Amino acid sequence: MGEPLIFEKSVPGRKGYSLPDLDVPEVPIAELMPAEYLRKDPPLLPELSEVDVVRHFTNLSRDNYGIDQGFYPLGSCTMKYNPKVNEDVARFAGFAALHPLQPAQQTQGALQLLYQLEAALREITGMDRVTLQPAAGAQGELVGMLMIRAYHQSNGNPRRKVIVPDSAHGTNPATATLAGYEVQVVHSNADGLVDLDDLKHLVNQDTAALMLTNPNTLGLFEGDILKIAEMLHSVGALLYLDGANLNALLGLCRPGDMGFDVVHSNLHKTFTTPHGGGGPGAGALGVKSFLSPFLPVPVVEKTEKGYVLDDRRPQSIGKVQTFYGNFGNLVRAYTYIRRMGAIGFRKVSTNAILNANYIRKRLEQVYPVPYNRFCMHEFVASAKRFRDRDVHAWDIAKRLIDYGIYPPTVNFPMIVDEALMIEPTETEPKENLDRFCEAMLRIAKEIEEDPELVKTAPHTRTVTRLDEIRAVKELNLRWKPA
Amino acid sequence: MEYIPNTKEEQQQMLKTIGVETIEDLLGDIPSEIRLTRGLQLPPPLSEPELKTELLRLSEKNADLLHHVSFLGAGAYDHYIPSVVNHLAFRSEFYTAYTPYQAEMSQGLLQTIYEFQTMICELTGMEVANASLYDGGSALAEAAMMALRVTKRNEILVSSTVHPFYRAALRTYLSGTRARILELPLENGATDLVAVGKQLTEDVACILIQTPNFLGCLEPVEGLAQEAHRHGVLLGVAADPISLGLLKSPGEAGADIVVGEGQGMGCGLNFGGPYLGFFATKREYVRQMPGRVVGATVDTKGRRGYCLTLQTREQHIKRERATSNICTNEALAALAATVYLSVMGRQGLREVGRLCLQKAHYLKHRLCEIKGFEMVFQRPFFKEFVVKTPVPPARLNKRLFKHKIIGGLDLGEVDRKLKNHWLLCVTEKRTKEEMDQMVTVLKEIIA
Repeated sequence: MGEPLIFEKSVPGRKGYSLPDLDVPEVPIAELMPAEYLRKDPPLLPELSEVDVVRHFTNLSRDNYGIDQGFYPLGSCTMKYNPKVNEDVARFAGFAALHPLQPAQQTQGALQLLYQLEAALREITGMDRVTLQPAAGAQGELVGMLMIRAYHQSNGNPRRKVIVPDSAHGTNPATATLAGYEVQVVHSNADGLVDLDDLKHLVNQDTAALMLTNPNTLGLFEGDILKIAEMLHSVGALLYLDGANLNALLGLCRPGDMGFDVVHSNLHKTFTTPHGGGGPGAGALGVKSFLSPFLPVPVVEKTEKGYVLDDRRPQSIGKVQTFYGNFGNLVRAYTYIRRMGAIGFRKVSTNAILNANYIRKRLEQVYPVPYNRFCMHEFVASAKRFRDRDVHAWDIAKRLIDYGIYPPTVNFPMIVDEALMIEPTETEPKENLDRFCEAMLRIAKEIEEDPELVKTAPHTRTVTRLDEIRAVKELNLRWKPA
Repeated sequence: MEYIPNTKEEQQQMLKTIGVETIEDLLGDIPSEIRLTRGLQLPPPLSEPELKTELLRLSEKNADLLHHVSFLGAGAYDHYIPSVVNHLAFRSEFYTAYTPYQAEMSQGLLQTIYEFQTMICELTGMEVANASLYDGGSALAEAAMMALRVTKRNEILVSSTVHPFYRAALRTYLSGTRARILELPLENGATDLVAVGKQLTEDVACILIQTPNFLGCLEPVEGLAQEAHRHGVLLGVAADPISLGLLKSPGEAGADIVVGEGQGMGCGLNFGGPYLGFFATKREYVRQMPGRVVGATVDTKGRRGYCLTLQTREQHIKRERATSNICTNEALAALAATVYLSVMGRQGLREVGRLCLQKAHYLKHRLCEIKGFEMVFQRPFFKEFVVKTPVPPARLNKRLFKHKIIGGLDLGEVDRKLKNHWLLCVTEKRTKEEMDQMVTVLKEIIA
């Protein structure tokens, strides 16, 4: 039996908080607040002592799985180790207990950190300016697309269309729509790369941008990138990089040198800020200088009087966050960058690529790789051959759980049937890569010998396979008292 | 390198398995024209001890609120964070996990999100809540976009008493759409109920307000809800969750969508982020809601369990037809809020509210003793209020800072019409002694 809900453990009268007594003369509440504004029934929050709460969440944490427990080869997500020193630094009082509206004279250290982080990211990505405001990759995409829109608008026409590959992350088309664009899909060719003929057919004066991931979601480098850039730029369209896969490029090549005009980077992927169970992230967005007038406000600038927040930028797209972005994560990313330096980053990308190719090689005979060549930091295998046993990629993922490994991304990208997208990252030792490969190979045998074992997995967690269809049909999104 | 385990020997074994000589052999797909032929120009790497010293030094250039007394609010609040919050939220099984797509391996996190959704529903008086959004400002923008989808109308009325940065986020989010945003005027520090009636047309999708609003005043939510509903318009309310142990929920007052900034619930100030956007609405709109949501279900043996649900609204399935482009959210901040609300409980949250209310009114009372200081708006307020000052607030703040006091926000910097207006915030952390000292210093300045 799993952990009861915290509401079910509530005992009327129990108390888990400690607050000081009121030290000012008390005024009857009716004199301060008209009754119509007051709540009659308190919210149904639980009543528990501190130890009850501690045990509840500690028990729940033990029924969860993070990188600190083991391998997490989740493709496209770059689940690398999150250095502990980052956590210590982010908790320094000068960073953690700082109000965003304190005058700049009181926050010079924070502004300096933002300024230096921007400088480092400019160098790493080869871009001219970087905004640190986006709270995550998708918000970075929105900022980027709105800046592209503002740029085209400043030339008299926002244009109507944005092209995304059929292998793109779902956020790309969703963002393009949010930014007011019609989405067109460019197909992948037999090599798993952008089909240049198809692209040529789509690109015209009405194209605002192409949103590309490079290496793409198959883990393959778009070798024609300079031709693609030329194709777009020749009609005045821009090239956007979804930098989810930046980990593969660190120190080897830079998006800015490939012709990208706008680049977002997920600091919670490449730059080790923890994923937090789904967030917070941090999305830095880099642009070429011709786009810098449109950057969101405020922008950190260095002046003779020190660092300042500049919000007098008439062409700015405005703000997407209340304040300056997920600063706590920016501190972590900056700490990581200072730990790594140029030499460290080259080790990151090359080891990520080595690890991915090693797994690909060990699995390719049993899990065919549809676009099989040297990959970058990840690759996509297919579980299609197990369909005749009625076993799907999803089942293999569930069975991996029984081996104590977090499953790869499944059924994405959509251009591969029964996709298993595997990204080991550079922080995994060889013996774990081997253990993963052996588990995958053993599961393939299990499918031959006892497919039910795989189809009904997992068998070793506090719950067996969950009925996700029922969750939709009989929506139950909150606890209610019996 | 301590974060990259493989030794040279292991790398050699792996290269041998792959069938190449060097790692360079794997990089052939990158055209030589774009290969970086130099090292990145970054500061040289620091060892861990050097790193900590360097960054500590940088952090110490900031005036932190551990060593200063703050009366600054305006969207980010210095509420007390019980010790248990960070100890539990930063269990590494939680914070180093990814989004719980593989439910059976993520039951702990999924259950905490289900508990979070329940608590948000309880606080806001709504029927469904999502697993979080980025922050208060972007959550308000998502509320507007949902109202546009639900009503299929094209106009947003936002009160000019909503936080100016929230309004800025709203404008930016909607700048690529055809929606129009109009601002509602204020009257005595809150949305002008009379003016609202005149601006309501069949094009209006929603009215957006904030309560307590940017100026600290409580809004006439019930009146606005009635007015809105009469025209088939939705009411979206940005609320301060800390106030909701004490104050009537927006849901009870008639709101259709309730969003807000949850930072005050166990999340540090962090110079503006990470914070916690929350989003709640009525059940009938659940399929139009943005963001992730967790539902309860059963496993093959009939046991209760939790999983992400209604994913067909989301970008990874619906792509260009998704309800929002959000993917990564603020799960860890939502977990911190869940722990916070668990320890505070039914009584504690009410007590925090009572302390804020009483102390804020004490400070107001003391400030109004000083010559030239006067209250601007005659409206009920919770923990923030505006006073008119006889000298520019920037000058007051400068002097106070010498006494390690961080004063309120100089509203003249946000809005020229509000020159010599000072927005002050008093949380449960402020003491009578601190407030008295502030008043003493102010009296010296004025004298």
